[in-house]
Amino acid sequence: MAARVRIQEADFDVGAEFAALQGERTDVGAVASFVGCVRGHTKDDDISALTLEHYPGMTERAIEAMIVEAEARFAVQGALVIHRVGQLRPGERIVLVATMSPHRRDAFQACEFLMDYLKTHAPFWKKETTGQGERWVDARVEDDAALQRWGLESANAARGQGGESGGD
Amino acid sequence: MKLTLKYFASLREALGPGGALDWQPAGEPTAAALRAWLRTQSDAHAQALAPGRAVRVAVDQALADEATPLRDGAEVAFFPPVTGG
Repeated sequence: MAARVRIQEADFDVGAEFAALQGERTDVGAVASFVGCVRGHTKDDDISALTLEHYPGMTERAIEAMIVEAEARFAVQGALVIHRVGQLRPGERIVLVATMSPHRRDAFQACEFLMDYLKTHAPFWKKETTGQGERWVDARVEDDAALQRWGLESANAARGQGGESGGD
Repeated sequence: MKLTLKYFASLREALGPGGALDWQPAGEPTAAALRAWLRTQSDAHAQALAPGRAVRVAVDQALADEATPLRDGAEVAFFPPVTGG
């Protein structure tokens, strides 16, 4: 069986991944998925490239633990997370999260939960290349708020360590 | 105590990727104590790991509180808030 967490430079084929995830199973009622793409613009600038760095080893372990947590919360029959690293161009796919359940609600919720968890707890870092040069992307407090909806603490974007108040 | 130190993203650019470290802690060997000691190693360290900077720590490849005691042989990573997805 293929690994359910994959970190890779290459693009992925969503249709082929769905087919592999479901396989020959006939007890699956819903496959939900999220695909994140590189935006070509921020509020102020055009982006020519996005470069993703990660922490090999920890990344896979962290996401695997997130899937285990999703399985404890929702009826998950299978899950797959693929996250790309390296240099990507606007429009390219960055991440795929797919979840499989008997019914749609669990599939939708597990997918959103995994994405909210990944945004705040998986060790990836994005750097944007613009006409002004390169800059590391800032973490967003909105992403912490998204995870807190699931009853989990999150202070990734907080200024100091351990949830000191305020951002920039 | 022997540690493996790792830096990522903006901290890696400022301080390099890290490496093996033989650290003699003055008090309790926590991640916070290590961060404070590292700040004394160079101006670049003092700046990148300054108390007001948002720096996250992972111990043995799991996100950790800075109060976490370190064991001999631990892998300790410092990095900015994560921005994947």
